[in-house]
Amino acid sequence: MRTRSSLLLILPAILIIGFFMMIPMCIALVYSFMTANAYGGVEAPATFDAYIQFLYQRDFDDTLVFVPDYIFIILRSIYLAVITTITCLILGLPVAWYIVCQNEQRRRLLLFLVTLPFWINTLIRTYCWILILRDEGLINNALRGIGVITQPLSLLYNDGSILLGLIYTFLPFMVLPIYSTLERIDPRLIEAAYDLYASRAAVFRRVVWPLAKPGALAGATLVFAPALGSFLAPDLLGGGKKLLIGSLIQMQFTSSRNWPFGAALSIAITAVILLVMMLRAWKAPAREIRA
Amino acid sequence: MIDVRGVSKSFPTRDLGRSVAAIHALMNVDVKIGSHEFFTLLGPSGCGKTTLLRLIGGFEMPTTGAILIDGTDVAALPPQKRPVNTVFQNYALFPHMTVAQNVAFGLEMCDWAPADIAARVSAALEMVRLTSFAERKPSQLSGGQQQRVALARALAPKPRVLLLDEPLSALDLKLRKEMQAELKRLQRETGITFILVTHDQEEALAMSDRIAVMRDGNILQIGSPADIYDNPNCRFVADFIGEANLIPGEVLGRQRELTIAVRPERISLSMPHSADAAGNGVVSAVTFLGLDTLYEIVLGEETKLRARIRDQHEAFQPGDNVAVTWPAHVERELLQ
Repeated sequence: MRTRSSLLLILPAILIIGFFMMIPMCIALVYSFMTANAYGGVEAPATFDAYIQFLYQRDFDDTLVFVPDYIFIILRSIYLAVITTITCLILGLPVAWYIVCQNEQRRRLLLFLVTLPFWINTLIRTYCWILILRDEGLINNALRGIGVITQPLSLLYNDGSILLGLIYTFLPFMVLPIYSTLERIDPRLIEAAYDLYASRAAVFRRVVWPLAKPGALAGATLVFAPALGSFLAPDLLGGGKKLLIGSLIQMQFTSSRNWPFGAALSIAITAVILLVMMLRAWKAPAREIRA
Repeated sequence: MIDVRGVSKSFPTRDLGRSVAAIHALMNVDVKIGSHEFFTLLGPSGCGKTTLLRLIGGFEMPTTGAILIDGTDVAALPPQKRPVNTVFQNYALFPHMTVAQNVAFGLEMCDWAPADIAARVSAALEMVRLTSFAERKPSQLSGGQQQRVALARALAPKPRVLLLDEPLSALDLKLRKEMQAELKRLQRETGITFILVTHDQEEALAMSDRIAVMRDGNILQIGSPADIYDNPNCRFVADFIGEANLIPGEVLGRQRELTIAVRPERISLSMPHSADAAGNGVVSAVTFLGLDTLYEIVLGEETKLRARIRDQHEAFQPGDNVAVTWPAHVERELLQ
């Protein structure tokens, strides 16, 4: 009886997860095993071609040659996503802490400001960075204006500008979960730590950080996953010179018209993210997961 | 050893970001607390007792005045620089640490040697009888056990002064009585000065060497429990500590501005001798309490009086006329 009513209660959650998450994933999985249609879409027969394409290229005489290009793209994407996640953590933690320390009114205002960028389309915001960073942009003109430089600095179309775009886009996803865990820390715990002769650094290291860690882990997941698959910042701010996996996937569904390969790449980054999360679940004690 | 001199504390209240008014939590408070003393700050909520405790602990800075501990003014020092530890109202145990880690925290912060820490932690846990719980997390303990962990944690670094902010308010009655005895024992054994904040006058009377009764940011009276109980210096203290009958002077045929305070257990009832004597009244209710019987009597027009009578030979019924008397030395004439 109890199991049946509890099943009924979680039904909406199952429906939502099933409809919005499981079904699209299944479609992607099925498509990745199909043959590409020259005009987009997929057709029979089922093959492993999309996955073979990861590592090998079919030569003119139909032999498979090992080509590590796509592996490098995936590794570079992971590398940039990791740097983004770490930087967001380093920047996001003090910001969240600062907000928590304010009074109710200031907090609400600051939280609103953190979420304010979401009100403007990401594409437009990313274009704004081009206006700021380009040779005739805000920074270069200003620096030239005050005579610090004569030649414009090349701020755009490199890894730095890609990272800047990624960090800028995903920082709120780090700040908000950390804020929500910090907010739940009883201020008396911090007073108790000071009372027991802890320095400011010790209060952070021994009390605040251990209690904020679940939020930081949630934030890291929320930043890492979309940063890995992101294509807007790499395309616009990276100039598309070096591909990242997000751009590569996007290309498969547009110009390259190779849907199975795009689907296979998507499955690949999902696997990477799943691996990272499983590693986290396995390393963290069960208690922290519950928190 | 703790000398609070002319301490005031006001908190600005903010309205739309502007400071509009100040709440005066403490007004020019003076109090001296001796070494090895069990001292209690007693008063209703909002009287400033917790603010005074937080000022001594270093969690708030006084607006004016000085707080001396062993002759050194600590008013401007942060909590980690004061030889004072606190037992918080909700215990404030670190949820991510075991009981032993909680108790060891203060010692680690003071850079004790690991061997000394281990010895001190087990001694502190033994002191509060929690040795077998050392490896538990606070969430796995009952309220009373958490309370004892908080005590062990605060006592472990051997502070000069232990501050206790309503430490027993979250416990049920039976546990509270046990912990009162436990606190008293710990204070005797350690010889540390205890400063307790409570709104429970019974708790204050049972545990304290001296009590400061507070109201509206002021200390009204400081004295031993017996002194405060027997010689209240104002209406508020007489009413707040134990039960008191506060009788307007004119009802008893005395000066108008006087209030006469008499404890209910000091009153005796007898058959009235003359019809219109000053101490004559009418019984309005009788409640049998086991050991005592509680009589409610209306004196004069509308002055209600409560009398706790033990071993009464003649029983009175509601509606009976009685003469209310007490020995002259048990009454207190109060001006306020």
